[in-house]
Amino acid sequence: MSTDGIRGRFKGLFEHDLTLVLAVLGALYLAYILAGVAFGYGLRGQLNSIANLTFFIGVFGMMAMALNLHWGYTGLFNIGIVGFMGIGIYTTALVSKPPVGDGAAQVGGFGLPLIVGVIAGVAVAGLFGLLVALPALRLRADYLAIVTVAFSEIVRFTMMSRTFQTFAVPDTIDLWLFTFDPAADTVGLGGGGGLILNYTNPLEALLRLLFLWEPYLGFVSFVQANVISNNPKPVLDGLFYGIVLLIGVGLFYLLLSRIGKSPFGRVLKAIREDEDVANALGKDTDRFKLTAFVLGAALMGLGGILWYSGQGSITPPSFRPNITFFIWIALIIGGAGSNTGSFLGGAIFAGLLYEGPRYFKNLVQTAFELGDAPRNFGEAMAGFASLDPMPFIVYTLDNVSQLRLVIMGVVLIWLMHNRPEGLLGHRKETASSVDLARPGSGGSTGKPAAADGGDEQ
Amino acid sequence: MSVSETYVRYRQTLSEEPLAIVVLFVGLWMAWSLVSGLLNGGIQISGLASLVWDGLLRGLVIGLAGIGLSMTYSILNFANFAHGDYLTSGAFAGMATSYLIAGFGENSVGALLLVGAGGSVFGGALGIGVTTAPIAVLVGAIVAGVAAIVLALAIDRFVYRPIRDESGIALLITSIGVAFALRYLLQFVFGAGVRGTTDAGSVPRVSVPAIDGTFRVTAHDISLVVVAGGLMLGVHLLLQRTKLGKAMRAMSDNEDLARITGIPTEQVIRTTWIVGAGLTGVAGYMFILWKGTLGFNDGWLLLLLVFAAVILGGIGSIYGAIGGGIIIGLTASVSVIWIPSAFGRAAAFLVMIVILLFKPEGIFSGRTTA
Repeated sequence: MSTDGIRGRFKGLFEHDLTLVLAVLGALYLAYILAGVAFGYGLRGQLNSIANLTFFIGVFGMMAMALNLHWGYTGLFNIGIVGFMGIGIYTTALVSKPPVGDGAAQVGGFGLPLIVGVIAGVAVAGLFGLLVALPALRLRADYLAIVTVAFSEIVRFTMMSRTFQTFAVPDTIDLWLFTFDPAADTVGLGGGGGLILNYTNPLEALLRLLFLWEPYLGFVSFVQANVISNNPKPVLDGLFYGIVLLIGVGLFYLLLSRIGKSPFGRVLKAIREDEDVANALGKDTDRFKLTAFVLGAALMGLGGILWYSGQGSITPPSFRPNITFFIWIALIIGGAGSNTGSFLGGAIFAGLLYEGPRYFKNLVQTAFELGDAPRNFGEAMAGFASLDPMPFIVYTLDNVSQLRLVIMGVVLIWLMHNRPEGLLGHRKETASSVDLARPGSGGSTGKPAAADGGDEQ
Repeated sequence: MSVSETYVRYRQTLSEEPLAIVVLFVGLWMAWSLVSGLLNGGIQISGLASLVWDGLLRGLVIGLAGIGLSMTYSILNFANFAHGDYLTSGAFAGMATSYLIAGFGENSVGALLLVGAGGSVFGGALGIGVTTAPIAVLVGAIVAGVAAIVLALAIDRFVYRPIRDESGIALLITSIGVAFALRYLLQFVFGAGVRGTTDAGSVPRVSVPAIDGTFRVTAHDISLVVVAGGLMLGVHLLLQRTKLGKAMRAMSDNEDLARITGIPTEQVIRTTWIVGAGLTGVAGYMFILWKGTLGFNDGWLLLLLVFAAVILGGIGSIYGAIGGGIIIGLTASVSVIWIPSAFGRAAAFLVMIVILLFKPEGIFSGRTTA
């Protein structure tokens, strides 16, 4: 088989992926815009709704891809994702929050530029990844799962505890050769009250870094003059932050596909298929797993930073294991082992399962005048006594934010029964660097020759 | 053994097991600070006794719930993340029954069945307690067990059985889906609020004298000990006197071989679910009765501690689950002597992680399933 043939087919595959991604995104956006039309949104409302959808597509897409490095490529069953996200954003907050004086009720930070905070957050998340991975990677997959979820809970307890709520920073720090005077007086994790993210707006920081802030402000005033006259900046900020996230998704994709196709990535896939064989072939599998875990943890930290840095404040309850499982569901929808699939899973999860039920509820409530919902399930069921299902329906709609988790659970069960490989999991990349398709069979894309533990028969 | 030989062995341990040395030193430091605290009066013996008693009771709940988790883990070969929500489901079913019996006639049946969702009925006003409403509590505990059994069998039939031959990880992921669906269905039906379920003021209590003070023991403490102890003894006898234990061991070793030998594997699995889920449901009810509050998240919050206990004791061993449960419960309670109270559960997780690193087969290994 000629190299050209492989390359040509590969190119075709990429184009195919791109169309698939665009089709799914287009369908999602179209559905949201139509819903917006039904709600009678103006342009402002539509843009807000699109910005919101883009945000969740971006963050879930990124996180699913980072998880794909752990689970899809290397076979590391990490369910402590939210711990790394929390470490990332808390470190960023600690480094970049403006300092406060002594005696102020609020917890301050070191007041360094946001970009320093982001780099520190990613580095510390990676460092904790190392801390977890060093002992834990020797464990069986299910033990690793329990250790990582326990780790993420320990992280959350630490955020909540009063012990780490505030620290006093000494006025001068002596470091052997030089002394320096940090601006901060009190820093800390803020305890149960969390931290207020009162640093520079992340979008502004990024655009200033790229010298795009002035043009951006010009664009905002242009929009104000011509399209939306009433304070368009928050809407545009949201929209542009969504675009930044999508660019982030693109960068994640480039990085991870590059890793996947490199010799390093092939070893990771070999570990996923059979660690003993990879070991027997002279690969130091522990080292490879460690590197992959640390890299994935750092990416999860970055994802957490991008997710929460624009939120105004962070509190420990945001970092419950539920988020971890959301990302897992996204990955399983898309199909572990394929980066395109991971992103698609993230987008579909965000659009349909995460945000969809709320839109559905609003849609129904706009279409029909339903009145007040019953206060509890008993009142909802009381309607059935007089053969009136309406109270139950209204109660169901009113509690859709809880029910969507039930739906997620059921979808997960259904997927594991009917399509455990997800949407694109059948395209799981093989460990082999050469095409394994039998000559003459005309297999389209190097199908795994039953090397993936019989997942596909 | 010469001095140099000892020295060489010491050096070897130091280089091969650096973590073991750290653990050893942490242990020594804890013992030292406990002894010095007791000697200089920083820690009161009565306070310590109270923590130990609390940890023991917590440990009994964890151990009782852990037996079921341990058995299904070893036979079906997967970590069931929905186990905590079986416990909550049992607790809600049992408490609804207790409410219904205690408050029938005076309150609306719907409010009672919803365990007072939205503050419509209060457990304190109904006088729920082992002395004030013994029949309601007894029937409630039985219903809790039965409800958990029915639930577990139904979920096994429709969710786990169709994918019985899949890998443990696939089943684990599926069980996360089950956990989500169950937990938020409970929230949908019973509401998100945490409610008080017992008439805490009227529970009889005695002050047990310790050397420098007293610690409190309530009637609910005693009933938890009696129920948990009785059920553990019952399971012990069941597995000793019947062939179930042997069949379960055979299955966890090699299911195909067990089937060839004539062991009705599906029947053993069903029995395992019945025993495990029944104990879990009762554990949930007794836990709620003991702590006096009930929320839809309770079982999930307990689950990681139950996992810690099961891993500590060695998967598949019911004695391990009981022993591990008590150790984990004691760790979570007593550790507040050394560390801030926010980290009690974190300490229990750390114990689990340390055990996984040094003795992943558990500390009671070799004595699996009776």
